[in-house]
Amino acid sequence: MIWWRAIAVAALVATTPALLAGEIPPDARRSGYSFVSPDTRAMQDDDTSNPGMLFVLDGEALWGKKVGSADKACADCHGDARSSMKGVAARYPAFEKALGRPITLDQRIKLCRANHQQASPLPYESRDILALSAFVAHQSRGFPITAGDDPQLSAFVAQGRSLFMQREGQLNLACTNCHDDNFDKHLAGSPITQAQPTGYPIYRLEWQTLGSLERRLRSCMTGVRAQAYDYGAPELVALELYLMSRARGMPMETPAVRP
Amino acid sequence: MARSKVYIAVLLASVIHVANAGADELVPYEITGDGITTSLTGAPGDVARGRTLVLARTTTCILCHSGPFPETRFQGDLAPDLTGAGNRWTVSQLRLRLVDASRFNPDTIMPSYYRNKGFVRVGRNYAGNPILSAAEIEDIVAYLATLRD
Ligand code: HEC
Ligand code: HEC
Ligand code: HEC
Repeated sequence: MIWWRAIAVAALVATTPALLAGEIPPDARRSGYSFVSPDTRAMQDDDTSNPGMLFVLDGEALWGKKVGSADKACADCHGDARSSMKGVAARYPAFEKALGRPITLDQRIKLCRANHQQASPLPYESRDILALSAFVAHQSRGFPITAGDDPQLSAFVAQGRSLFMQREGQLNLACTNCHDDNFDKHLAGSPITQAQPTGYPIYRLEWQTLGSLERRLRSCMTGVRAQAYDYGAPELVALELYLMSRARGMPMETPAVRP
Repeated sequence: MARSKVYIAVLLASVIHVANAGADELVPYEITGDGITTSLTGAPGDVARGRTLVLARTTTCILCHSGPFPETRFQGDLAPDLTGAGNRWTVSQLRLRLVDASRFNPDTIMPSYYRNKGFVRVGRNYAGNPILSAAEIEDIVAYLATLRD
């Protein structure tokens, strides 16, 4: 059992040097979409039944609304999101020069809100930040993920990868133990996916609301009884960046529906 | 499988004393060969309580394992079915498996249930504690030993 798998893995490593043992080769990558029930897939596919689309519509309304002491709407600077925001979410987290590190799409929107609109901050996971983020990311639906291509990000991708490989928490499990080594199996009743971040923010049936990738990662960390990183923590951003780079070329699905 | 057999052979070659230095709440135990022969509490566990514990979501076993539990739909398939575990393993081996499964397979994903240090970023509510108490380990060991075909 173990030795033939080791040989198979060794052969893969020999042909694709960028891949570490246990990592998923590009042609074997599968979106979480392929693990969910036909009902959930149908819900995602039909915009009139996809509950995430309500957030997208809210986001569209917020996009055109003037706020803050600058009295500016997103649209005043960015125009029609259908063209200006096309493909943008597919390359986030992106490097932010002023900070010298990557920031998530939500952090970018929060920065615009603070610096360009001079409006009160939108808390992480608040309805408005999720709606704006869903609206912006929806403009990338169908676009191939390119996050992590920027060479300034390579150290951060590497940091995210080592966090993904590290065992943690009282259950002493690493992300890779489930999402590279055991996808397609079941943790109690739930199918284990490959953790491809293609559809964020997602509408999760268990949450009965939209949620960010950070919220999803925090709940996996809590699941192994680890202390979850705070929203916006550099480690969480690095993990998110690694996941996006690991999904390079896969199409964006926002807003996806997951169990 | 082959790998864990080799590992067990290595274990058999020596008697290991685990002092649990710095973990004073844990009962000290002694690994003999590939098992722990003496009960952690000095008394036998309770089979019925052991079964209830194995089935409890918070104990985590059935996240990974399935077993003879017709009443539960949600069982995992990351690990062997526990049916017949009492045929395959002695009580002493089962006790060591629960205390520290990495003794059988250094790369195992099965958590060490009686260990309280050396973890990374343990959640605040869990820090300093093993997953299960000595008494809970004994109850589960007693139950697993009854799983015979
Ligand atoms: C014990 C196994 C396990 C571990 C360890 C684990 N996860 Fe998960 N993860 C799951 C399961 C099961 C799901 C699916 C849950 C559901 O949707 O019902 C999931 C879902 C996800 C998803 C959502 C994928 C999608 O399609 O939207 C991401 C992303 C993810 N995990 C990332 C991580 C990261 C990063 C780590 C490490 C910090 C991690 N997971 C650790 C079991 C695990
Ligand atoms: C006053 C003008 C202004 C307003 C209002 C504004 N932005 Fe921006 N936005 C910018 C500028 C300038 C940038 C380039 C980065 C920077 O310098 O902050 C930017 C960058 C962005 C980016 C990243 C684009 C990329 O290619 O990486 C996104 C996404 C974004 N804004 C979304 C929003 C949203 C959503 C709103 C409304 C909540 C908003 N912005 C409001 C000026 C604005
Ligand atoms: C994260 C997954 C996971 C959890 C949780 C887990 N195990 Fe395991 N267990 C395994 C795996 C995988 C094996 C196979 C051997 C190995 O890889 O170590 C195993 C092996 C075993 C075995 C020997 C297999 C056999 O032949 O029957 C027993 C007994 C066992 N586990 C009992 C338990 C009990 C009892 C619990 C709960 C207290 C538990 N396990 C929790 C993953 C897990």
